[in-house]
Amino acid sequence: MVRFFKRSRHKPEPLVRELIKVVGINQVLYTAEDLIGYEYDATIERAAPEVVVLPHTTDEISSVVKICRQYNRPIVPRGSGSGLSGGSVPIKGGVVVSLTRMNKILDINIENRYAVLQPGVINLQLQDRLATEGFTYAPDPSSQRICTLGGNVANNSGGPHTLAHGSTVNHILELEVVLPNGDIARLGSRVLDTPGPDIRGLFAGSEGTLGIITEITAQIIPLPQSLKTMLAVFDTVTSASEAVSSIIRRGVIPVALEMLDQEIIKIVEPRIQAGYPLDAGAVLLIEIEGIPDAVDADSELVKAACEASGASEIRVATSSEEREKLWEGRKAAIGAIGAAYPAFYLLDGVVPRTKLPQVMEDVLAVASSYGFKCANMFHAGDGNLHPTLMFDPQNEGVLDRVLECAGEIMRICVDSGGAITGEHGVGLEKTSYMEWIYSQDDLDAMENIREAFGPADVFNPCKILPNGHGCAVGHAAEINIAMGGNQTSADIYI
Amino acid sequence: MKQLNFVGLDVPSTEDLQNCVHCGFCLPSCPTYLATGHELESPRGRLHVIAGIKEGRIDANTKTLQHLDRCLQCRACETACPSAVPYGRIMEDARASIMANRNSIQPRSWFIRSFLLRNILGHQKRLRVAISLGRLYSRSGLQDLIRGPLKKILPMKLVRLENSLPSLRKKPFRKSGSLSSPNIALDKVALLTGCIHGELYPEMHSSTVEVLDYMQIEVVAPVDQVCCGALHIHAGDAEASRKLARQNIEIFESSGASKVLVNAAGCGSAMKEYGRLLRHDEDWRERAEVFSGKVEDILEFVVKHKFDYQLGKVSDVVTLQDACHLAHAQKEKVAPRTILSAIPGLELREMSTPDRCCGSAGIYSIVQPDLSTQVLSAKLEDVLSTDAGTVCTANPGCTLQLEAGLRRESSDMDVRHVIELLAKSVQAGRDKTDM
Repeated sequence: MVRFFKRSRHKPEPLVRELIKVVGINQVLYTAEDLIGYEYDATIERAAPEVVVLPHTTDEISSVVKICRQYNRPIVPRGSGSGLSGGSVPIKGGVVVSLTRMNKILDINIENRYAVLQPGVINLQLQDRLATEGFTYAPDPSSQRICTLGGNVANNSGGPHTLAHGSTVNHILELEVVLPNGDIARLGSRVLDTPGPDIRGLFAGSEGTLGIITEITAQIIPLPQSLKTMLAVFDTVTSASEAVSSIIRRGVIPVALEMLDQEIIKIVEPRIQAGYPLDAGAVLLIEIEGIPDAVDADSELVKAACEASGASEIRVATSSEEREKLWEGRKAAIGAIGAAYPAFYLLDGVVPRTKLPQVMEDVLAVASSYGFKCANMFHAGDGNLHPTLMFDPQNEGVLDRVLECAGEIMRICVDSGGAITGEHGVGLEKTSYMEWIYSQDDLDAMENIREAFGPADVFNPCKILPNGHGCAVGHAAEINIAMGGNQTSADIYI
Repeated sequence: MKQLNFVGLDVPSTEDLQNCVHCGFCLPSCPTYLATGHELESPRGRLHVIAGIKEGRIDANTKTLQHLDRCLQCRACETACPSAVPYGRIMEDARASIMANRNSIQPRSWFIRSFLLRNILGHQKRLRVAISLGRLYSRSGLQDLIRGPLKKILPMKLVRLENSLPSLRKKPFRKSGSLSSPNIALDKVALLTGCIHGELYPEMHSSTVEVLDYMQIEVVAPVDQVCCGALHIHAGDAEASRKLARQNIEIFESSGASKVLVNAAGCGSAMKEYGRLLRHDEDWRERAEVFSGKVEDILEFVVKHKFDYQLGKVSDVVTLQDACHLAHAQKEKVAPRTILSAIPGLELREMSTPDRCCGSAGIYSIVQPDLSTQVLSAKLEDVLSTDAGTVCTANPGCTLQLEAGLRRESSDMDVRHVIELLAKSVQAGRDKTDM
């Protein structure tokens, strides 16, 4: 086993000593030099924990929770740290429980169609393993190369395939969790029907506020018999948006229906060579799967819908390489923006599908009124937008303007009948928006649910619910980011 | 007061660091992250440390630097990165600008490492003396004794350390000057014979020459060429590597060859980056860039030419371990596969994640034995599950590491450079036509 650090000359704090006693010295990090690795996720938020524990078993986690309660320290579960809302950033300090070492696929049961997983299993690792058996796990966030299943459940993550298969909550049969008092509970069941209210469902989207997910039994499905990936090219975002509704209206539910606008194509194509035409106003990436005859029939309907909305070109991927390239462009889009611009602010909102053409026009108009370039790559099928504002953080006062602009865009989403997050979670950064879509009564109800599990300051305090709801101080509603003089990493602001 | 920061010419640039968006896509490609699950043993974590030191937010002390030290510099993260972060050069720059800071607290191991690299690897004669001692040890029978009957008596640690040594029985390849001059030469190339390759794996060079000769390419090995300096760069000794680079550029320029061919991926990658290494040197910058433009890996060179006209049968099942500095640093994954697939009778059976590092990484296996062993164990699982007869590489470091690993697992799988398999096929083709 690797020894991570030399023993400190100073005797560690009693809390640390107790934790070491339970999980071993190599599983506890507590020096400032090691803790900086746990002060971030994929956003700009930074806050270092006091201690990091890297447990191997549920029993260890249970003991860790009990010790933390005894010492009155908050606990923040963390997977790969690829979250896009500050959800795993320990804003109140305390103990981060890193689940990266609990990364085993415990069982794959083809007959009963489930997989039993530790929370640190990577989404793609599961899909790759299942593919060898002709099966798959449907939810596929764009960060599936690194995001963990535990994080997927906690954020109720979606992805391109959410349109046809639903988000993570629709694929979870049973969860093992450690509750705020350290008890280990099993929620749901491996059979498809369980009587009584769905408490397991509460953990989907709980963002680590109710407990730590320590084992997941996930539903698996056979790989489709056949698959078609199409690229439809449009002159404008509006016509592409119209095509989205037109496809659905014709009775087709593609497994994925993604849009990339001109701005993002210009960034992605030179870097990834995905095959998107550089002069397109927008492209739709459409995937249909099922039995071969149905796929053929559906693809004709999709073609007709796109043509009716003015598509200038419709291309069907003819090889798996071509298909993978088309997808790579979509999945690597965020990183490509990072290479092209020193900083960007990535939003995540949902709107009703039919409102897409108007909303997209409004979003682009707002961005341009602020003078920002705005790139869009998003899950058009389920109306999940990701407008991305690009800017140079060195410009005086730019951040305030970005936030103001983002607020206006969020307001457009909410006013259209949508919501403030599609899949990234509320985390730290959208707590203030919660009041836009929920009444005080709604929020109180959510707080009550949280307190039914245990005190609100035990697990991941100050996340999801806005000020006053279980977070005494609360995280600044207006995303309070102090810009250092020499910011040396491109920043995603969510 | 110690100044715990980066200094000198090579301080990692803000532009390079700025590309990182903390998305974490690099994590699953990083062998040390996979082995430890520790964020700071990942590329994103290490970049965060480097940025933190540069901003003065954290000190460069032994604790922070050990995370940099545990990096294999395999650069698999560069292939995985959607933002094109030039991780390899950021890491090289960071190490160099710690070594350049005489006031900083440098880990003692960094000093020892640089001292040995400067004074042994950089000097061919001293290196040969050291390796000759090893050869004597191998040939005397003492090695067999330790690996055989004494294995159970000696302490585990010693046995494990000894196991990582190669078996040095073969006559070294020490030729220089003209190595092959076909009657009608289509091109003239210069070969880097390097520091250890010819001593440890003479067949790599003899096979290279044989293949080039078959392709009607004239080969010279310039006399007085020196070590490529790759290990020095990785260790942060930028000054020593710049000195070696200048020497090599001068010597290879005078050879009159159109290309500089390298059969060790690590060396090739370093030499392709001489231009950047000497970017601050007004007198040498342009020369270095021209030189780097001429450097090609032997496999890259072979597939650019017609090479499969008279190949003979080689009956074997092989699996390929991508050399990191070929696959990730030089972005060449196709050439070795093209060659192996062209050999009649040979079956290429891919292992899972062939482009993941084996843990050799220059002198990493010596500096970080524990982590290197963990990385190697994961690799061996992939290699052995293919059930191949031979595992192919494109770099002597990988060969050394895989041989040690396979010996540990008591496997009789052979480890060969891709070029050796091609030479075998050339040989078989020639035998056939001779008959």
